Amino acid sequence: MIEIEGLTKRFGAVAAVAGIDLKVGKGEVLGFLGPNGAGKSTTMKMVTGFLTPTTGRVTVCGHDIETDTLAAQKTIGYLPEGAPAYGEMTPRQFLTFIARVRGYGGATVKERVDAAVAKTDLDPVLDQPIDTLSKGFKRRVGLAQAILHDPPVLIMDEPTDGLDPNQKHSVRELIRAMAKEKAIIVSTHLLEEVEAICTRAVIIDRGRVVADGTPAQLLARSRHHNAVTLTVAAKDAAGIITKLRTIPAIATVEQTPAGDGIVQLTAFPKSGALLIEEIGRMAADDEWDVKELYAEPGRLDEVFRAITTHDAARAREGRA
Amino acid sequence: MNQVWTIFRREFATYFATPLAYVFIVIFLFAMGAFTFYIGNFYANGVADLTVFFGYHPWLYLFLVPAIAMRLWAEERRTGTIELLLTLPIPLWATVVGKFLAAWAFIGIALLLTFPIWLTVNFLGSPDNGVIFASYIGSFLMAGGYLAIGAAISAMTSNQVIAFVVSVVVCFLFTVSGAPLVLDFFRDWAPLFLLNTVASFSFLTHFSAITAGVIDLRDVIYFFSLIALFLCVNIVVIDLKRVTR
Repeated sequence: MIEIEGLTKRFGAVAAVAGIDLKVGKGEVLGFLGPNGAGKSTTMKMVTGFLTPTTGRVTVCGHDIETDTLAAQKTIGYLPEGAPAYGEMTPRQFLTFIARVRGYGGATVKERVDAAVAKTDLDPVLDQPIDTLSKGFKRRVGLAQAILHDPPVLIMDEPTDGLDPNQKHSVRELIRAMAKEKAIIVSTHLLEEVEAICTRAVIIDRGRVVADGTPAQLLARSRHHNAVTLTVAAKDAAGIITKLRTIPAIATVEQTPAGDGIVQLTAFPKSGALLIEEIGRMAADDEWDVKELYAEPGRLDEVFRAITTHDAARAREGRA
Repeated sequence: MNQVWTIFRREFATYFATPLAYVFIVIFLFAMGAFTFYIGNFYANGVADLTVFFGYHPWLYLFLVPAIAMRLWAEERRTGTIELLLTLPIPLWATVVGKFLAAWAFIGIALLLTFPIWLTVNFLGSPDNGVIFASYIGSFLMAGGYLAIGAAISAMTSNQVIAFVVSVVVCFLFTVSGAPLVLDFFRDWAPLFLLNTVASFSFLTHFSAITAGVIDLRDVIYFFSLIALFLCVNIVVIDLKRVTR
């Protein structure tokens, strides 16, 4: 439903977005990741028609955003960065305004506003000026505005930024509930959010897509993917390490002190091999005193750092 | 048209949701009174007309209208609501016109609230009410001209102070373009027709023609085309900003 082809955006000599191609279909929740300044927000601003691309094309539900702007914008719900809203209005007035702009009239205005308010739990603050609301409520006003017309395409720039853990949870539930019917792009730098709600993760760095896959595929690129961590007493550690090294599928074993006479051992597999069963068996046979034993799914922050800092380092070398 | 009305309503309500409207109206009325009665010596003139009153309008508008216009777009840019506004399915012209009309209507209300002075001259003598009516129309049109200039300049920046100062300067040039201050700059080298063209841009020339009691179609067309021109500039500026941020 969203098609992005060869999208670039230059501000003077700086290429904020340097050629992005993406297709997002119905039922997909695409997590848009990247370091600050990578071009996430700029890309979203072009997809929603706020900025004009330098080159490239964006089509939303079959409508070109540049030539058929209004038709495309009708199908989009957009939560801009920082959830801007008119501070002197109350959420009720603001959402009523949005509903009218969206072309609703008469009784359907109230229906739409009520539905959006119910979904975002805005009831307690409905008649207070938005300027006086907490960050969490402001963000939800922005969300309510974005989902008011039940759009087939939802684009949200950091929807859970500034929310407390409970609010984050309810926003994620809301996104998950809508996911089946819509194409959703969510930008975030909270990696746990990607694992929680996204069906697909795209990492961009310096204006380019550097990784694109399901969260599981990205996790598989982590060094920790399928690694096994054991927590044991420090005095037993040396013996256990020696035994572990006899397993051919293990590449290395690292140890980190975990407090009072306890160490954590992490065995990294060669090329993603499964280790947990073999280590488990060994631990049972040799009667190790193991306090914890678990396989790691992989760490997204590690993948993220590996992909995005490599590039930065390479750029530095290139310049030197 | 519906969308112009939606934008208009929101924008217009905003003035009264904040102290802005009340502060502006009070200062507007106070300044009008002060100029007319103290500096213009309204009573001492002993003439039952409002020439003195309307004579100060261009100079008051010069500062008060840019004060209203400066926030029109600069504020949206600063708070980020412009991103919301421009990604909603509204044609840009409707947004520009809606915002302009709301501000113009607001100034119109402030202008209407000067009616006690109209009552006063009628109480003191028998003025030509036709002339006064024409002058009110002229004053309102002129305010629209200042406002359109200010709105277009406001769209260029996110800084309201810059918007205000630049608007005052540009409005000043339009006000006095018929005066020697501006014309002397052109007189030595410009051909006569250019000189006349520059002079014909003057708000003062057109406004004083109307306050003389004749609503000449040419003066009305002048103000309306000026407003239309600057609303177009406003649209173009916003569209250009989509390219450069």
